[in-house]
Amino acid sequence: MTTIDAPQSRFAAVVSRTTDAFTSPKSGPVLVTGLLFIVMFVAGGVRYNGFFSATTILNLLVSYSYLLVLAIGMSFVIISGGIDLSVGAVLALSTIIAARGLQVGLPPVVVIVLILVSTSTLGLLVGLMINVFQIQPFIATLAAMFLARGLCYIIAKESIAITDPFFTSMAQPIILGPRLSITASVIIALVALVIAVWVLQYTRFGRTTYAIGGGEQSGTLMGLPIARTKVLVYVISGFCSGLAGLLYSFYTLSGYALTGVGGELDAISAVVIGGTLLTGGYGFVLGSALGVLVLGLIQTMITFEGTLSSWWTKIFIGALLLVFIVLQKVLTSRRA
Amino acid sequence: MKDIFFKVIGHRLFWPLVMLVVLIAINVINVPGFLSITVNAEGNLFGSLIDILRNGAPTLIIAVGMTLVIATRGIDLSVGSLCAIAGAMACSIILTSPDPNNVGTVAVAVLVALALALVLGLWNGMLVSVLGIQPIIATLILMTAGRGIAMLITEGQILTVQSTPFKFLGSGFIYGVPFATVVAAVVLALVALLTRRTALGMLIESVGINPEASRQAGVRARGLLFLVYGLCALLAAVAGIILTSNQTAADANNTGLFIELDAILAVVLGGTSLNGGRYSLTGTLVGALVIQTLITTVYTVGIPPIATMVFKAAVVVAVTLLQSPTTNAALERWRSRPKPTKTSSRPSEPVVAR
Repeated sequence: MTTIDAPQSRFAAVVSRTTDAFTSPKSGPVLVTGLLFIVMFVAGGVRYNGFFSATTILNLLVSYSYLLVLAIGMSFVIISGGIDLSVGAVLALSTIIAARGLQVGLPPVVVIVLILVSTSTLGLLVGLMINVFQIQPFIATLAAMFLARGLCYIIAKESIAITDPFFTSMAQPIILGPRLSITASVIIALVALVIAVWVLQYTRFGRTTYAIGGGEQSGTLMGLPIARTKVLVYVISGFCSGLAGLLYSFYTLSGYALTGVGGELDAISAVVIGGTLLTGGYGFVLGSALGVLVLGLIQTMITFEGTLSSWWTKIFIGALLLVFIVLQKVLTSRRA
Repeated sequence: MKDIFFKVIGHRLFWPLVMLVVLIAINVINVPGFLSITVNAEGNLFGSLIDILRNGAPTLIIAVGMTLVIATRGIDLSVGSLCAIAGAMACSIILTSPDPNNVGTVAVAVLVALALALVLGLWNGMLVSVLGIQPIIATLILMTAGRGIAMLITEGQILTVQSTPFKFLGSGFIYGVPFATVVAAVVLALVALLTRRTALGMLIESVGINPEASRQAGVRARGLLFLVYGLCALLAAVAGIILTSNQTAADANNTGLFIELDAILAVVLGGTSLNGGRYSLTGTLVGALVIQTLITTVYTVGIPPIATMVFKAAVVVAVTLLQSPTTNAALERWRSRPKPTKTSSRPSEPVVAR
């Protein structure tokens, strides 16, 4: 806000800076999500035995590393002002390719490359449809969703188990300490997170992504490579969906056409709860990561509660979405 | 002659209609009796075309509501969940009543389900118009939470009902025509009358084309938004009840799953832009028919039904690419290229002006 001259108001300055951070549309929702996570974690610790521990957090990471990767890709798309409805289906396609590829005897490396290349190519096609033919992202990614889901069924109707030694070794927990373990997937997801943060915050491509979400026309007038960036954003989302599918197949050691139904909703919810504005232009990947943890924590708490039925998860997530969307609305309209 | 050709090609319903004709042609080639409609012993119409009209009814009913929502530059993702909620509500009322076969019971159940959906639709309208939340996000909330609410109503069970009047809603016939088809036709006709014979349709379009200008012209967008989201939810509930009655069971997880996508697709195929403004209910009808014919085609041609989605993707891509501004601009360039002069002995190919 205004600069503060009087020395006695150092406290006031801290307060004003804090309120500033909390009411800014840029950082406010992220901070609220962070607070919410801490409050939920502490409240859960008070209420349930054995909840307040590093094990809970690590378990969250193990169970939701695939969602984290999905949310990373989705963040790029949403920050650029688009949306990607295909991520859940592409994730399923990726698990199916993995399982089927290994079943017919392809080496794991080939399978992994095949998955990442094909999902990125799908993303590229979607990006080109959106950019060259000016088709709304909603419709283009919807078509991609149908295509990916349909291909899943064509490749394999039934669930295929994965017995490949490399994949099974990836599913093994890495012991960090007593009752503390993670999997290789967690490391992969965290590396992806670090790369995504770096790309979005410190590269020209990242800044162009924000610029497109903030105002495509202004970006064009500034001479930014809008077309290239818009296509690349969907390539990234496709790549992330493929990677997420890979992590999912490490986690479940199977490929199934019906995995990840509604995965796009979870990813979008995580991104919104993580403070990214759905109109684009604002948001942090780290916020999306927090969003994933909050979603996971809700699920964990409902499991710990024991008496609540699973459908409450959906209602809670819906309510949380509502709160965050209204919060974003209030914050942005105040600044506008 | 050429002008007429381009006028026909440029019409927004040209490609969807071509698609429809092609699909029907494929069916006729594969199943010679495809176009025939017979009357069975009970005096009811039977035939593949009747099946298309009956099975496509729920999608069409929702797509009609969706058309109006999209015309206001909105979108309603929650219709699938609303289908599930309405079905769950109706079934749970019928199941708890002492006499499931009573027409009155079924009427009460249906009315309560419709009322509940209307309330939820107004909630969507409130989020969009009063709080000013983007429609895709505002309705995402109910899409996510809605299935949870439906499960809350069914208590996680699949509710199977044995009720003759209720079963009639999904699979009954009126004067030989499937009841679902009649409902869809009535809905389409009523909405068309309501919006095209009054200024309502124009007001809805004006809100979609330029909200600010229409506000300054004195159009009260708030009431219109409440109206379209409420109507869309109501129609979703109607479709949900038909779907549930057809399955004679309410399944909170699967009733109306992905139907929002089909409905939006029908609207877009019909030439209504997702950017709002001009809408075409005729187009939506064509779009819904294309989708349902496509599904039928997959069955009659003998392609495994599991591949339906790939074909749906192909059709969506083909039609949207053909309708896209880029393609139209390319066509326009081709149309307005300079005519080769006849006087020169060997006319060289004219360079297309860019």
